[in-house]
Amino acid sequence: MSNDSDVDSARDVNLPRASAGGAVHGSARHFVDHAATTPLLPQAREAWLDASAVAGNPSSLHASGRAARNIVEQARESIADDLRTRPSAVVFTSGGTESDNLAVKGLWWARRARLGVADAIVAASAIEHHAVLDPVEWLGKHEGADVRWIPVDASGRVEVDFIDHLLSSAAERTALLSVMWANNEVGTVQPVREIAAACRSAGVPFHTDAVQALGQIPLDLSEVGATAVTISGHKVGGPFGIGALVVDPYENLVAVSHGGGQERDIRSGTFDAPAAAAFAVAVHLAVEEQAARAARLQSLQIQLVDGIASVVPDAIINGPGVGDPATRLPGNVHASFAGAEGDALLMLLDAAGVDCSTGSACTAGVPEPSHVLLAMGVNERTARASLRFSFGRTSTDEDVAAITRALPGAVERARRAGSVSTDRYRAARENEVDR
Amino acid sequence: MRIIAALSGGVDSSVAAARMVDQGHEVVGVHLALARSESTGGKSRGCCTLDDARDARRVADALGIPFYIWDFSAEFAEEVMNDFLAEYQANRTPNPCVRCNEHIKFRAVLDRALALGFDAVATGHYAVLTSGADGPELHRAADADKDQSYVLAVIEQELLRHCFFPLGASLKSDVRAEAEARGLRTASKPDSHDICFIPDGDTAGFLTKALGEKPGPVVDVSTGRDVGGHQGTFTVTIGQRRGLDLRIPGEDGRPRYVVDIDDSTDTVYVGSAEMLDVDGLVADHVIWAAPALTAEWSDVSAQVRAHHHPVPAQARMLDDTIDVFLLEPVRGLATGQTVVLYSDSRVLGSGRICQTRTVSGVKRPREAQRA
Repeated sequence: MSNDSDVDSARDVNLPRASAGGAVHGSARHFVDHAATTPLLPQAREAWLDASAVAGNPSSLHASGRAARNIVEQARESIADDLRTRPSAVVFTSGGTESDNLAVKGLWWARRARLGVADAIVAASAIEHHAVLDPVEWLGKHEGADVRWIPVDASGRVEVDFIDHLLSSAAERTALLSVMWANNEVGTVQPVREIAAACRSAGVPFHTDAVQALGQIPLDLSEVGATAVTISGHKVGGPFGIGALVVDPYENLVAVSHGGGQERDIRSGTFDAPAAAAFAVAVHLAVEEQAARAARLQSLQIQLVDGIASVVPDAIINGPGVGDPATRLPGNVHASFAGAEGDALLMLLDAAGVDCSTGSACTAGVPEPSHVLLAMGVNERTARASLRFSFGRTSTDEDVAAITRALPGAVERARRAGSVSTDRYRAARENEVDR
Repeated sequence: MRIIAALSGGVDSSVAAARMVDQGHEVVGVHLALARSESTGGKSRGCCTLDDARDARRVADALGIPFYIWDFSAEFAEEVMNDFLAEYQANRTPNPCVRCNEHIKFRAVLDRALALGFDAVATGHYAVLTSGADGPELHRAADADKDQSYVLAVIEQELLRHCFFPLGASLKSDVRAEAEARGLRTASKPDSHDICFIPDGDTAGFLTKALGEKPGPVVDVSTGRDVGGHQGTFTVTIGQRRGLDLRIPGEDGRPRYVVDIDDSTDTVYVGSAEMLDVDGLVADHVIWAAPALTAEWSDVSAQVRAHHHPVPAQARMLDDTIDVFLLEPVRGLATGQTVVLYSDSRVLGSGRICQTRTVSGVKRPREAQRA
């Protein structure tokens, strides 16, 4: 199955014809941004369409309502089976961001009340996605939480000693600890089993964002024993706008948004049965095909890292060493090209048919230096000179070849542009954003 | 050619980009992020509002061209906003749009575009570029009301080779009609007039917030009487009439204008319009869009504001400055303003006014005291 046909057929469904023309320029696209989103699986689309034919609100008590509810509950059971957890633990949400917010705020509020400590600690790794980072900062700023950022080493792996020290010295004041399963930018796989066990024995709730991990590495929730786990639909070939928080049914959570309380009274909003059905199909395939896909992605990962080294010898590969899925996501390659700016590289590769990412957060499309790289000790100049390539289901050798073909020229031009951009402004800003 | 089309989110840059696409160029749309606002947590945002950034993106979509946001907010803060404050603090009157064109749009953006392999930058400015015996020539636009050659007079001639102003020969009304016909959503957007980083138009408020209040008296030159107050000498500008808090009307009943500012005593002097007539000036920070003038006097016309008629003048280059003798006095000229010299419709160059000479016989109070 080729990359292009997949992307195009997804567009046919999702975009109005009139405006689709300008959206994708050039002919052959090489989509190597699967960590941002991955094309909808045909099987998931089928499931969505089938479920969409069922009329009825899953919360209604009549036959139509029960038929719709049946779809939601089947999806819940399917996901629970695939992730080796119980159906009652699966709370459907609108996606990864909502799940993370619900976990961080909901668990912190509930646990703070139980601990009776106004400024209860919330600890999170410094390399979390903004969907965790920002709620944690918000709790600190607006709710008086005592925020502790867990440092990472140069490969992006959290300092377990820091966590051990926190748990041994302040467990009775700690309401929540959150460490992502695998990082979205540099692919570092965290020792979640170890951290979950430490939290469990200290009696501290542990949340992990597994959005990037699902489908790339084994995700046996019964074995890990985290309090709450975030997963997302569109990152595994399901639809946008659905995700789940897999959370211990006996754990107290305070709702973030209030309403009908459809999901265990902690999440409100009408059930989206078609999305749940499609999500379940995508999760099932992600788990079923995980091992085979990981092997394929890893071979692309190694090819690309070798390719980058041969065409741009002074490029730096960020994150843990490649080739070991226990420490790094197999689909992730992240590189810095000193003297070039990531957004210039992105633009030039875009023109050459390569869809990749600077891997960092954007405001109105303006790239900021990655907080992940800064936390790993990379300086801001290098952080700005970075690109993330992420492989997925539709990736092929051709994608790797396209990247290595386009990269030398792009790096050369971006470096020329970097040398004319006045360094003193950047220096001024470096001081300004120093953190 | 490979062209960067600067898309501000307004109707003019939209049509300019569309015309470049029609001409068969390979066009990439770029929106500049210039301001950093508190509402975005100090992060960069598009110039000038989020609506503009969105409109720019949608125009690029409609034209089927790639679209990116380029972050020049650090450059803009340093070269335009800091300069704006420093100039006002020194009681000069800067033109931030001219400054932005010089340092950001036709320097930082152009440098980056050329380095990235592009050939030129196209904007929606109203001015005409032609090719002449001595290189590219910058001329006034066909639409006299919209002519923007004044704010472009800070582009060195060499750089004009890498500029496109596709609207120069068009009337604004035709450009709007064209945008409408092309179905561009910016067709009915109102023109922007304010300084982009002061969207509410309250320049004095912006300055006192940034520089602090430094109140002082307003003195009537003819009577020597204290007639009002101000919040800082930097909040008023030479020639200003509106927005002065004058408690006592003038003896002759005629309007009074700011005629002098003495920052050593924080005093603002007001007087009659005639006192503002200037017939000579010196400008530094000279940029030539045509071969430079010599030490011999040349007949030119001089324009001292973006929306002002030019006056006949004679000018010459001495060292790093230009001397300009205005054959028709110009009223209310402040230092810091840009003077642009023209030969008929052609832009010769520009300078930043650093000294003015009032028409003989009328002395400002400070000069009178010193004499």
